[in-house]
Amino acid sequence: MDLMTEIVIFVLAAFVGFEVISKVPTTLHTPLMSQTNAIHGIVMLGGLIVIGLSDNTLDNVIGTIAIAFGTINIVGGFMVTDRMLGMFTRKPKPAPAEIEQSRTEPLDAETGSSETTGGSA
Amino acid sequence: MPLALLEPGSDAVTALYLVAVVLFILGVRQGTHPTTAKRGNMIAAVGMAIAVATTLLFDGIGNWGLIIAGIAIGSAVGVIASIRVQMTAMPQMVALYNGVGGGAIALISWSELRHALEIGEALPLDTLIPILFSAVVGSVSFWGSNIAFAKLQDLIPTRPLKVPGQQILNALLLVGIIAACVNLSINNDDPSQAVFIGVLIAAALLGNLVVLPIGGADMPVVISLLNAFTGLAAAAAGFALDNIALIVAGTLVGSSGTLLTLEMATAMNRSVPNILFAGFGGAPAAGAVGGGEERPHRSVGPQDAAIALAYADSVVIVPGYGLAVAQAQHAVKEMADELEKRGVNVNYAIHPVAGRMPGHMNVLLAEADVPYDKLREMDEINPEMPRTDVAVVIGANDVTNPAAKNDPDSPIAGMPIIEVSEARQVVVIKRSLSPGFAGIDNDLFYEENTSMLFSDAKAAAQEIAAEIENL
Repeated sequence: MDLMTEIVIFVLAAFVGFEVISKVPTTLHTPLMSQTNAIHGIVMLGGLIVIGLSDNTLDNVIGTIAIAFGTINIVGGFMVTDRMLGMFTRKPKPAPAEIEQSRTEPLDAETGSSETTGGSA
Repeated sequence: MPLALLEPGSDAVTALYLVAVVLFILGVRQGTHPTTAKRGNMIAAVGMAIAVATTLLFDGIGNWGLIIAGIAIGSAVGVIASIRVQMTAMPQMVALYNGVGGGAIALISWSELRHALEIGEALPLDTLIPILFSAVVGSVSFWGSNIAFAKLQDLIPTRPLKVPGQQILNALLLVGIIAACVNLSINNDDPSQAVFIGVLIAAALLGNLVVLPIGGADMPVVISLLNAFTGLAAAAAGFALDNIALIVAGTLVGSSGTLLTLEMATAMNRSVPNILFAGFGGAPAAGAVGGGEERPHRSVGPQDAAIALAYADSVVIVPGYGLAVAQAQHAVKEMADELEKRGVNVNYAIHPVAGRMPGHMNVLLAEADVPYDKLREMDEINPEMPRTDVAVVIGANDVTNPAAKNDPDSPIAGMPIIEVSEARQVVVIKRSLSPGFAGIDNDLFYEENTSMLFSDAKAAAQEIAAEIENL
């Protein structure tokens, strides 16, 4: 593939990446990071390619480590992301109506709370 | 090889890689909402399976014993780590994953160079330059991430470690690396492997030296940045190997890391170079010296705090890294449950840089079953603060310091904060009055409507929950 084609792919991928990822809410930033950890496990492909070219011990060792590292990223990254996202999927308990109500309550509903903590010093 | 079916670079391979990268993009896109994110992760994983399977069918793939060994070791480590890791330790885990990714890339680039030397072919610059870039950035990312991991895991001190003349040393290393890369590029018909190894080592040193002086509270920025580096190094490796799956996937990760880095830096009102090179410990250390004198503050016990909370209408909980350290997320949820039973409206205010990585607090509280719509972002909750009866600060410090707003000379001046002092009352749960990471006194502790509850976050939350139940 010629260099210019690769540069075109790179630039377009960067724009797609910025577009898509800027829509991920802050609540999901940690799973986003672990998922992108898994996606950069794609370097394992590089390990597979270089180990196929290898005919000596050092390159064998380098290739094996690279494959193992990439696999850790892929397997560990996707699994831990799945585990985390499982925690987010539960439906929030309070019905939306209830939240709406509590937010529209009179703002200055006074309680005795402001006097109560002063006690101990 | 019976398995060798596909010619690298053939249309079939490109088509399969295209399917894989489209699945990556769709997967990340589904990550924009908590209800679809899990499916999105699956979609991305299917994309990865397709990319790996395609590559395994390449003509020229060999050394099957080692491939299987590498995959087996990697899978075992990955499975065990992902099952065992605690949610409080996610920043370390992500740092480590950034590191192994970077390490793999640096090693691959070295092997590519060795292969070219072996067959005695000149490396065209459009291959050699990406090899050098991925070697340098991969090595920086590997070592930098390991240091970040060691700091987060408390293996080495989290405070900024400074060496005199460090900036100059870093600059010299960088210049040296660039000079060596230029030398290798000029001699691209026979690049010296010794010089290349020197580049790898210099980049390793640079990775260590850049991350060592960065303190714990700046970790969200560092982790995001290392994530971006690893992604870009993977994309560069894709240029070197003419592999579009690597280019697109690496670029996606690079964009993600870059966006998060900028977002974290904005949330601290500091520039990325400032965080990386100024060392937060530097300037503030001088300001912190003045913190010697005792200032009056009000200290309360769990019972007083329980009464204040139980009779409030609205409570906002402000979590910070201390909550993660104390593993207090479940105890805090119990406390909130007790309050909700009494009809108190409880919300959580999440500062973008609370914790040690982007979204750290959200994951912890999700683990404790706090519904995600109760986790409110800073800009959303701040206008509600004046209407809040009690703000409970648990293990957070600098992100609540009013000095950021009021004192233009403060080292954190201009940093957006959760404006807890606007609430009618503030309860701060903290072990002591000691200043936060930035080394500056928190004026919040001495304000009239602030009560200090000196305790471990988990113990305090449990005690308050028990007291509320007994009221």
